[in-house]
Amino acid sequence: MRGLIVHNAGPGVAVQDLGRPGFLAMGLTNGGAADLRAVHEGAALLQQRPSLAVLEMVGTGGAFEATEDLRIALTGGVMTADVDGRAIVWNASHAIPKGARLTIGPTRTGTYGYLHVGGGFATEVSLGARATHLSCGLGALVAAGDTLPVGPDTSHEVGMTLAPDSRFTGGTVRVVPSMQTEDFDIAIRNRFAQTEFRRDPRANRQGIRMDSDGEGFSNPKALSIVSEVIVPGDIQITGDGTPFVLMAECQTTGGYPRIGTVLPCDLPRVAQAPAGTSLRFEFVTLKEGAAFQARANSDLAKLTAAVTPLVRDLSTMQDLLSYQLIDGAISATYPHLDEGD
Amino acid sequence: MQTAPFVPTIRSVGLNGLLVTFGARATDAANRAAIAFRAEVDALAWPEIVESSSTLVSAFFRVDLAEHDFDGLKLRLTEVLSAKDWTTTALPSHRTLWTIPAVFGGPRAPQLAEAAEVAGLSVAQAEAALTTTKLRVLTLGFAPGQPYLGTLGEEWDIPRQVGLSPNIPAGALVAAVRQICLFTKDTPTGWRHVGQSAFACFRPSSTTPFPLAPGDEIQFTAITDQELARIEAHNADGAGGALREVLE
Repeated sequence: MRGLIVHNAGPGVAVQDLGRPGFLAMGLTNGGAADLRAVHEGAALLQQRPSLAVLEMVGTGGAFEATEDLRIALTGGVMTADVDGRAIVWNASHAIPKGARLTIGPTRTGTYGYLHVGGGFATEVSLGARATHLSCGLGALVAAGDTLPVGPDTSHEVGMTLAPDSRFTGGTVRVVPSMQTEDFDIAIRNRFAQTEFRRDPRANRQGIRMDSDGEGFSNPKALSIVSEVIVPGDIQITGDGTPFVLMAECQTTGGYPRIGTVLPCDLPRVAQAPAGTSLRFEFVTLKEGAAFQARANSDLAKLTAAVTPLVRDLSTMQDLLSYQLIDGAISATYPHLDEGD
Repeated sequence: MQTAPFVPTIRSVGLNGLLVTFGARATDAANRAAIAFRAEVDALAWPEIVESSSTLVSAFFRVDLAEHDFDGLKLRLTEVLSAKDWTTTALPSHRTLWTIPAVFGGPRAPQLAEAAEVAGLSVAQAEAALTTTKLRVLTLGFAPGQPYLGTLGEEWDIPRQVGLSPNIPAGALVAAVRQICLFTKDTPTGWRHVGQSAFACFRPSSTTPFPLAPGDEIQFTAITDQELARIEAHNADGAGGALREVLE
């Protein structure tokens, strides 16, 4: 079988894709990769469809062996990676010969790393997708001894790269007003927008807790609301005033009020911020948010054309290698990922 | 006391869609309106709407608001909205009536007596209410396929208990705030465990992974512990001994 043998795997390695739309009315959320931009980057590097399944890795990856010659790409949060002991560059595509051992991890920057294969992972489709959704019993974590089937590849091209992105070190994310934003006093909304938050280690694929100094953000008027629709990116304020940004595996409805919603194009920045990194939330109008998102969608569509040869010249290659080596903040998030709300 | 009627609202939900809300509180009328309005808009098959859902009091239409203008869609939904009084509109046809056997009280559902006491009922009255009231699937959520059923009489407006029960099993009927929730999976909860069925609300490998839909009607029938054990022994399909009938 054409596939990838798993010799060992970190505690948070799972097959993901763009998710499982169409079941909101049935209480099943979309799910899918935490960093959807990374899925598109991998597809661009391998010149294939972004709907193909990938491996999402938190904290560390694992050791893998190709059953036949494969192409791979590595995207998302940067991890160490080597093939038979020779370091390979992140954010690039590579050839993995049959029998070669690919070792990935630990994380150097960001939170979620991605391993893509030419042809995509061809694991079982359940309810229209391959995305693992543990709390709903769909799929399972990848473990030592597994062989992950890989689909037929249509290309031979490797050694391509994309310019590194800035989304792995926190920063400002844009928020549109949502259905309950006006239930919060303007003073609370202003204070929220002026606060520097830190990503709490209590985070998982459902939601990420945001820490801040000073008082919380609960608003008496917003406490007694009826349970209402949740979408990924919603920032819910729990009873004690703590914000949680809801992520890919959020529930479909919930009873805590939402102060706003992170733009889909900025959600990877929240997902990838390592524990302790600072994040700020900037309110934009619905019209502005729609325009930012439309531009981001069009940028995603141009990724395929943005890939460049990895060894175009020596200075580029050295630059990429140093990017990987100097940005050495080791994430300490993974032991906590199953905690949280 | 006469209160002013709630005027339905249309709000954006992030850049993910539009929410049409029929009540500020979870009332039966608001829920019927949400289900009926969603069915009407679904039948119009607007290409901008990629999927829809309904919650306790709202209908949600998923639309990419980066691609489609919110104000234009809000206007079009307002036109549909103002065509009639949705709180008195009939529910969609071809819904399903389910008859689901369950044990009430005893070791399999140990909080029936406690819930009855909070509701000011005898245990016999509580069981009678739960097996004679025809309940409706108000919405599905919290876990895949998991229904919130209503609406029980006012005496059942009982609060959640203060502490959480650590692990109430899948198939449990739990009660609070005039509703029954039928658990998809083992769940910690503040709702009281009044009944136990063998009905699986989520069957991922079945051709009908989500047996229930919002608007379906549910009739519970009381069985003994022995009958439940017999159903559980032959329940690979998760049907739990339930009967289904399509409503005209």
